[in-house]
Amino acid sequence: MRFYEHESKTLFAKHGMPLGKSGLARSTEEAHGIAAEIGQPVVLKSQVLSGGRMKAGAVKFADTPDEAAALFDEILPIVVNGQHAESVLVEEKSPIAQEYYVGVTWDGRRKLPVVIFSDMGGIDIEEVAETHPDHVSKTHFSTLFPVTPRVAKEAIGATGVSGSDLNRLTPIVHELIQVFLKYDLTLAEINPLVRLEDGRFVVLDGHVDMEAEARGSHEALLEELGIQPEETRQARPPTDFEIAGAKVDASDHRGVAGNVVGFDGDLGLVIGAGGGSLTLFDAVRKHGGKPANYCEIGGNPSVKKTCELTKLVLGKPGVEKIAVMMNVVSNTRVDIVARGVIKGCVESGRDPADTIAIFRIPGAWEDEGFKILKKYGVEFCDRSVSMYQAAGRAVAKMQAS
Amino acid sequence: MSILINADATFIVQGITGREAVNLTRENLDYGAKIIGGVTPGRAGRDVYGVPVFDCVRDITAKSHVDGSVVCVPPKFTRDAVFEALENGIKLIVIVTERIPRREVAQMVELAALRGARIIGPNCLGLISPGEAKMGGIGGPAANTRTAYSKGPVGVMSRSGGMTTEIANTLTAAGLGQSTAVSIGGDAIIGTSYAELMPLFEADPETQAIAIYSEPGGRMEAELADWVRDNGSRLPIVAFMAGRFMDEMPGMRFGHAGTIVEGKADTTADKIERMRAAGISVAERIEEIPALIRERLGETS
Amino acid sequence: MSGMFIEVTVDAKIADDRELAKKLEEVCPVAIFDSSGETLRIAEENLDECVLCDLCLEIGPKGAVQVHKLYE
Repeated sequence: MRFYEHESKTLFAKHGMPLGKSGLARSTEEAHGIAAEIGQPVVLKSQVLSGGRMKAGAVKFADTPDEAAALFDEILPIVVNGQHAESVLVEEKSPIAQEYYVGVTWDGRRKLPVVIFSDMGGIDIEEVAETHPDHVSKTHFSTLFPVTPRVAKEAIGATGVSGSDLNRLTPIVHELIQVFLKYDLTLAEINPLVRLEDGRFVVLDGHVDMEAEARGSHEALLEELGIQPEETRQARPPTDFEIAGAKVDASDHRGVAGNVVGFDGDLGLVIGAGGGSLTLFDAVRKHGGKPANYCEIGGNPSVKKTCELTKLVLGKPGVEKIAVMMNVVSNTRVDIVARGVIKGCVESGRDPADTIAIFRIPGAWEDEGFKILKKYGVEFCDRSVSMYQAAGRAVAKMQAS
Repeated sequence: MSILINADATFIVQGITGREAVNLTRENLDYGAKIIGGVTPGRAGRDVYGVPVFDCVRDITAKSHVDGSVVCVPPKFTRDAVFEALENGIKLIVIVTERIPRREVAQMVELAALRGARIIGPNCLGLISPGEAKMGGIGGPAANTRTAYSKGPVGVMSRSGGMTTEIANTLTAAGLGQSTAVSIGGDAIIGTSYAELMPLFEADPETQAIAIYSEPGGRMEAELADWVRDNGSRLPIVAFMAGRFMDEMPGMRFGHAGTIVEGKADTTADKIERMRAAGISVAERIEEIPALIRERLGETS
Repeated sequence: MSGMFIEVTVDAKIADDRELAKKLEEVCPVAIFDSSGETLRIAEENLDECVLCDLCLEIGPKGAVQVHKLYE
């Protein structure tokens, strides 16, 4: 889950990192007031959970409070990659002498956290890594032993930075590492970290992502920052369909029946599990089918939960039929899923035999499940029919109807 | 032969009295596993399908040799349970639990490395050496497991638990058995990757080929491709690539936590190219795997 | 009492036996039995959640509790 820039900065400031004077404006008057208080030229930055603000025109510079107020009105309505802003950060604008990049993230291959540092900050770090590899360092560190400032020092020193710059950068980078570990972040990034012409170091822009699984361990911080439990904070705002899917999944702790994403097609998918859903979505498309949605069933969801998921998919405009498919299941029960989808059809006022294009879930309790499907006249197949073939049958039915 | 577990392997189940753990204990016992104890703090003296329950891992390791542990405790307690297993000398730990924060997984993996132990998972279904034993929920009830898995020459590795069984089932139906199948887990950080299991399969005389399930996200296929190239592997590898549609939807999260296209090197197209360059065959459909393996086995014999 | 897929019948003698009613409630993993009232209540909304574990069949004399699959 992403933090807004101003939240990231509040977190950084809490840990003693140097920041410019700033304030968060939610109205034209506030923008004017903050700019007046800062008393020098300011930069106004729209607060959205997305990059590309500069390109979208959502970052502007103002010399006077009146100008700041006018620019606030101009940039607040700008939608950046689908994200609407509710506030604008007004911050002192300072002459920059040098820009640095510092980011802390996970390296899945090494299974360790890594701090990435560059003395060529401000632009796309991946590009710098390609064109100027000696100006980007990657330094791994332990999650088990205390991380002392030497990690930060080595990371900075590896790019050739020395002298007082090295000594002044080290505590900032060290503190970012501590924040990363303390709050279970998946990304803690400062880009750019700058040295001003007057020699001060300042965090100009920051980006923080917290691991969703760790939210429960950091409730105090989230409350302090005013982040509500229901805020998903994804890079793309969730649709109503996705919110409804999340509600179905949260209604009951048993198993998974959710992770829905809507698409424009006419064939509803009730599919699982993680890898199976990816495989089946591909298969439907390969056969020329048009999925109405992506979703995942996994573990042992209750009949009610599967029923509600089915109703949600069937309720999506344009959905004529659904395909119910999974890989060979180990712990999900075929009979329980069969009951859920049939019930979902009936409760949606549809005939299961007409509505379910194909049911392909082989595995645990399949004999019991197949009895149920037979009784309701639903076409089903066992493991002798591959996932790919089953998807083909569903698509063929759509094309015939 | 097989890797990681065989019919003689002894293991314990941590969190044995939980709903899922009770289930997998029965399924594993029915499949012939030697589960010599279970741990749930405060429940010492009980038993689960005849398996005695203890308060501490030490209560079991003090008296008997324990090869492995299946950890099936809630996410909040998983790190502690894994540390307990590691500090009591257990060398193979299968973590079934999902939704553990990365930092804690990294800590477990780091300690395992220091103790010379191996972690499989988290968020996995475990592993099976068909006809010998299984650890974890892989394959489900014993009867279902026997339908899907059979003994033979193919090693299977998969980030998806469900697809491990789907692939094994396809191989079995085509008359190709498996030496060992490992569900390695779908999280961003896991104990053991494809490349790290390769030396084990390489050293196993029974294993003649490898089948893997692959999906977008992470660098595991790149790591495998590098390993194959650097070590001149004797084993032909066939990969099935799922999630091809995700290439058109960068930044969106589908499937496992580790499955998100973050940079340009994570797309399925990229992975396929990288694997093919290393001599790994890539199947578009699961049912193509057996024929591709036979073809590759024909080349080597 | 019947759901769409599962019907559960309980002998009146058991339903009135508070001890047995309580045991039924304890043993059922999907809360089909509710013993909080005067007489045992079958929770209709949970009937279709029945996982066919048969644990309830072992409470009381044989045949006193019956689980019918309505799809057979």
